[in-house]
Amino acid sequence: MQGVTAMPEDLINSFMTGPDEQGRFGQFGGRFVSETLMPLILELERQYEIAKTDPTFWAEMDFLWKHYVGRPSPLYFAERMTDHLGGAKVYMKRDELNHTGAHKINNVLGQIILARRMGKSRIIAETGAGQHGVATATVCAKFGLKCIVYMGAHDVERQAPNVFRMRLLGAEVIPVTSGRGTLKDAMNDALRDWVTNVRDTFYCIGTVAGPHPYPAMVRDFQSIIGKEAKEQMMEAEGCLPDTIIAAIGGGSNAMGLFYPFLDDKSVSIIGVEAGGKGVDDRMEHCASLTGGRPGVLHGNRTYLLQDGDGQILEGFSISAGLDYPGIGPEHSWLHDVGRAQYVAITDKEALEAFQLCCQLEGIIPALEPSHALAHVMKIAPSLPKDHIIIMNMCGRGDKDIFTVARYLGFDMKI
Amino acid sequence: MTRIDDTFARLRSEGRKAFVAYVMAGDPDYDTSLQIVLGLPGAGVDIIELGMPFTDPMADGPTIQLAGQRALAGGQTLERTLQIARELRKVNKTTPIVMMGYYNPIFSRGVDSFLSAATEAGIDGLIIVDLPPEEDSELCLPANKAGLNFIRLATPTTDDKRLPKVLENTSGFVYYVSITGITGAAAAQSADVAPEVARIKSQTDLPVIVGFGIRTPDNARDIARIADGAVVGSAIVSEIAAGRSVADVLAFVESLADGAHSA
Repeated sequence: MQGVTAMPEDLINSFMTGPDEQGRFGQFGGRFVSETLMPLILELERQYEIAKTDPTFWAEMDFLWKHYVGRPSPLYFAERMTDHLGGAKVYMKRDELNHTGAHKINNVLGQIILARRMGKSRIIAETGAGQHGVATATVCAKFGLKCIVYMGAHDVERQAPNVFRMRLLGAEVIPVTSGRGTLKDAMNDALRDWVTNVRDTFYCIGTVAGPHPYPAMVRDFQSIIGKEAKEQMMEAEGCLPDTIIAAIGGGSNAMGLFYPFLDDKSVSIIGVEAGGKGVDDRMEHCASLTGGRPGVLHGNRTYLLQDGDGQILEGFSISAGLDYPGIGPEHSWLHDVGRAQYVAITDKEALEAFQLCCQLEGIIPALEPSHALAHVMKIAPSLPKDHIIIMNMCGRGDKDIFTVARYLGFDMKI
Repeated sequence: MTRIDDTFARLRSEGRKAFVAYVMAGDPDYDTSLQIVLGLPGAGVDIIELGMPFTDPMADGPTIQLAGQRALAGGQTLERTLQIARELRKVNKTTPIVMMGYYNPIFSRGVDSFLSAATEAGIDGLIIVDLPPEEDSELCLPANKAGLNFIRLATPTTDDKRLPKVLENTSGFVYYVSITGITGAAAAQSADVAPEVARIKSQTDLPVIVGFGIRTPDNARDIARIADGAVVGSAIVSEIAAGRSVADVLAFVESLADGAHSA
């Protein structure tokens, strides 16, 4: 099982058929959970399969996407950025304009509607940067559901504004001190909560990871990003984009953009991991694909940062939203079969892109999409002027201004 | 017949229930941990569960998590955990050793390499928390083939419809998790557990051992009465965490064993 069999790309008819019945994308994915949770995720899978083919489910989603989230998000031609880079045309998919300021709510809405259909009254979530926690707290407030958010103690400290937002929205934020108090530990504690409160609790996972059916379900909910982008590009340019680029922590915004384009073989797909201080032996990065190897954590097999004995390592990134030692299993598969290319961008490069985006486009991006933008800045100048790039502007940077101020040596007294 | 089967056959013939003790390998350090493990059979332990430390033990409470962190901080590895088993086997050929933990360290080493090393070290069974029957091809089937018992957890959420699947490739014994929750959490009530044990026994001839939430000799006795034995983990690990001497830890284990054996 451990050997990775790379399948030549041209032997695969479609990249959109996964996962299989075992929840696998090739060797990745699966259901590596304790027996207590197994009946719950089987029930979740059954209920999701029913909802997925129920028009009333999608009608409710569409209504709320439009009137509550503000979809469709614009596909914006970044003209000054394009001129500055002097090569490919750069479009931005503006998911940072969503209610709550990021793509996270696309998925939360789907899971909460499903939780309501299943009669669950208590919602738990893990969060890193706080964006998924805020989105979950928001939708729970809207529907009057009890919301508990697990957040690493370290992240509670560096993302104070989002902690306050969640509390304003009525959620209980539980700082996680087990392990090293980061996103992976928050996920462990959310799983522990779920094992303890199996009857009334729904676990709203924030990314395309975890046991089957989460990776597929979250991808399906986030795919609205790619579906819209495809239509909007046809409208704007009358063709498909040549390259699509998104940042990856767990990989949900990227999977959402990529999925509808997987079988459009002319479209090259690039995922950008957090390179932290550089992808090398010091392991001060979060680039699971570039610097990790396959392992099993949080219910699925995927590329992980780990030591030689299979112990999980902490990632490092300036962006709390990318600070996770794993990655969604479908990305691991797309990486191994070669359908998508994965690269790493360092903190420094992301911060440069962050500032340039503010100055040239009047958009303060989150640090996560700043990684994607940094890669655009690397490749666009040498591409022809008729080459079209879509990058996913998956979150706004309000939450990050304190981190960036600190980096730039700006003393922010409030 | 495996060492585990022999142990239950012997206990049955003596009319006694099994006492199973869990300790984390390498906690608080390798040498102390080895001394404790070597003393367990003498303290009345019928089956030893040897915890394999993991950074992300998602089914365990704080007590076991911290034990794992202490062990890892002390340089414990999968290889050194096997070494503890080898040392015990030098002086003890009869007490079964079951390794308990999570899949990634085994997957990282390679399943075949791990199984041959475990067999050679005198390991008898495996309890791998994050490998449900749906993932049997990963380790359960290869382990069975290598002659190791793959012991499965059954839980209050395992309903009658699912139970046959859980029992299908299980051997040695069934570990009934008496609560929905993590290790070291709320106490198990024997009145609640008895019908569940009966439910499992109606579908299998394997012994059913009950764990999670058992903390005192009286708990152990009450639970052992309604099952084929009792497991204690967190309560023992707490004693180790409190810095008790090896002798004190073993005296506590002996009191638990006496409780279970008085059932």
